[in-house]
Amino acid sequence: MDQSRSRKPRFAGRLDLKHGAVDMSHGSGGRAMAQLIEELFRRQLDNTLLAQGNDQALFQPPAGRLAISTDGHVISPLFFPGGDIGCLAVHGTINDVAMCGARPLYLAAGFILEEGLPLADLERIVASMARAANAAGVPVITGDTKVVERGKGDGCFITTTGVGVVADGITISGDRAAPGDAILVSGSIGDHGVAIMSKRENLGFETEIASDTAALHELVATMIAAVPDIHCLRDPTRGGLATTLNELALQSGVGMQIREEAIPIRPEVAAACELLGLDPLYVANEGKLVAMCPGDRAGALLSAMQAHPLGRDAAIVGQVIADPHHFVQMETSFGGGRIVAWLAGEQLPRIC
Amino acid sequence: MCLAIPAQILEIDSASDTALVSLGGVRKPISLALVADAAIGDYVLVHVGYALNRISPEEAERTLALMRECGVLEPVEAEASQELLQ
Amino acid sequence: MRYVDEFRDGEMARGLARAIAAEADPGRSYRLMEFCGGHTHAIFRYGVQDLMPPNLRFVHGPGCPVCVLPMTRIDQAIAMAAEHGVTLCTYGDLMRVPASERNSLLKAKADGADIRMIYSTQDALAIARQDPGRQVVLFAIGFETTTPPTAVALKTARAEGLKNFSVFCNHVLTPPALRTILASAGPDGVQLDGILGPSHVSTVIGSRPYEFVPVEFGKPVVIAGFEPLDVMQSALMLVRQINDGRCAVENQYTRAVTRDGNTKAKALMAETLVPRQGFEWRGLGELPNSALRIADAYADFDAELRFPVAPGAGKEIKGCECPSVLRGVMEPIDCKLFGTVCTPENPMGACMVSSEGACAAYWSYGRFRQPKAAAGAGKSAAA
Repeated sequence: MDQSRSRKPRFAGRLDLKHGAVDMSHGSGGRAMAQLIEELFRRQLDNTLLAQGNDQALFQPPAGRLAISTDGHVISPLFFPGGDIGCLAVHGTINDVAMCGARPLYLAAGFILEEGLPLADLERIVASMARAANAAGVPVITGDTKVVERGKGDGCFITTTGVGVVADGITISGDRAAPGDAILVSGSIGDHGVAIMSKRENLGFETEIASDTAALHELVATMIAAVPDIHCLRDPTRGGLATTLNELALQSGVGMQIREEAIPIRPEVAAACELLGLDPLYVANEGKLVAMCPGDRAGALLSAMQAHPLGRDAAIVGQVIADPHHFVQMETSFGGGRIVAWLAGEQLPRIC
Repeated sequence: MCLAIPAQILEIDSASDTALVSLGGVRKPISLALVADAAIGDYVLVHVGYALNRISPEEAERTLALMRECGVLEPVEAEASQELLQ
Repeated sequence: MRYVDEFRDGEMARGLARAIAAEADPGRSYRLMEFCGGHTHAIFRYGVQDLMPPNLRFVHGPGCPVCVLPMTRIDQAIAMAAEHGVTLCTYGDLMRVPASERNSLLKAKADGADIRMIYSTQDALAIARQDPGRQVVLFAIGFETTTPPTAVALKTARAEGLKNFSVFCNHVLTPPALRTILASAGPDGVQLDGILGPSHVSTVIGSRPYEFVPVEFGKPVVIAGFEPLDVMQSALMLVRQINDGRCAVENQYTRAVTRDGNTKAKALMAETLVPRQGFEWRGLGELPNSALRIADAYADFDAELRFPVAPGAGKEIKGCECPSVLRGVMEPIDCKLFGTVCTPENPMGACMVSSEGACAAYWSYGRFRQPKAAAGAGKSAAA
């Protein structure tokens, strides 16, 4: 049990988590900040290393190569169907670490809070992070808090850094895709982006779609156990599946051919995209991955993915080919061909 | 130009001349200001948050039937057209 | 999705493709202008051209309201926001279109102008209601499909006495643009054998306004639905007319288009908007009676009167061939800037920014057909 709980409270009054709000003193390094850390962050995130109360956490690295990844999370709204910025941050960094085949070990979290953020919201966010970290077995062992003036932050920004360890013999990298490789996705595309958009006021549509935010490291472990020679793994977050495929094509110096029919997409996601004039291939995902493996191992990899709850709807969507232009080509469900271009910027809803 | 998509009317609010429509399970409020006599269950074309026109189910069926008919050719013609496609 | 998925069926597409291949006369070519930008997009997105016989080609037309909007009008909209401090409400399509001096609505927004993306004219009205202290301007663009929503906004603003609301009207008309293209068709201009008429413009204006095309120009018109099967069936109907030597307006999109169109929408437009004497179209020049302005009865909602701004130079970038692409005389890959200087990251002209523009559509969907263009494009993608 966390020792800090059994000590007498060190601060005069408790934090008002119901009606209080973040103010500049919470970032000043003084007692107010210490109280915020103690009564909110440490209470929720609650683990031995964090409880030591130092500016750093010490741990013995297991054998193997270390992988480290960092991510800034600036999502708005902070709370959305299926999740919030807290669990999104935890899942996102766990996934980035896992995409090289690493087993995630620990997380560090830096918070930039806007003056005026209700403490109730902050508690909700941190509690969600704690739940996500505990479920994944990847604790947040060190952190930082800063406060910026009202108007200078979007409520809450979170930067998470994750560290993991890669077993010997595993080489999963974006430059390893080779002609003949199969391309697989772990499930339906576009869920997260559509869930977020449904919360944007002026787009005004209602849907049951929730974000697919999830930690994928255990799915990855299952996949590697079945097919150790996976060449590439990446999670298609901002910019969607299309962007990730283009990135990998360029990094590996190859082209790709995919089939629209094979790509899993929920009917509501397709419908929401139609309404807004968006292409689901470019819509963000937060609980999916793309994998490339030697063609003859595709069946085995697919079975392994489908056996896992986060890969139930996994599918083989295409193959890697030689192509000096690094195009991602798609056979449309209609039977014609098109390329899946690398977009310049964010997709915007269109009327024409 | 003019992205418009067919959606089904689920609810109508005559006071504000708006409707709640559904497209594949996604629901959206739109204006009925441009369409007279819309009824629940009707399919309308939705463009920039307005219903533009009703879709005629009979005409839709007829169009599909004509399309299906076109696709049915005598075997001899089918072979000849395959060669042309190659 | 009902009335959508059925019209995208791959099996039916193959059937229609066989029929077109069987009926297309190998001894002649069929150049069919798909006037509407929505059709350009559908053709590329679904790869419809792949299913056509080699002697049937789609020619892109100017039916892309973003593409034909002159730079000066965007300059004026930016000036309204920057100089007069209005809240400018715009559809997403316009945000990245290049204005003069490499400016754009997106850049102006980054520079501090209050520019907001809306999905519907109702959103602009809501913004005006929420903040009576701010002037709200609706940047209205589009052909006859998007015009009735503006008419509704004007009527609503009048009915509610929304004094802080006004409209910057840039609506354009389809028949005059079609007339200009056909008038310039010929050995030195664009070569056309038939026209695929716009889907949703036609639901509003009906099929009647196209009747001048066969009569005055001797070309057949088929009003085509929006989905790829509609486009294919319409191509087949044109092939048949051309083979038979017939020349008429036919309606393939009968489930949404009638001869007279949407009378309620037309009445609303007639009440609030009137034809301008002339309007500059990017690529087509000055066309008489081709655009709409706000009617005198609604002049108090005219942003051009409320916020006078200088027209601006609106110089096209040297080498940009948008005008020729819009007229159908040039393909995107024929433009020297395509794929080299002009890419979606760095668009030189509207045809590359608007997702309906032929250049953007070609870049996004069709480059792999042309190794030469692809080579240039591939280099810049890797850069």
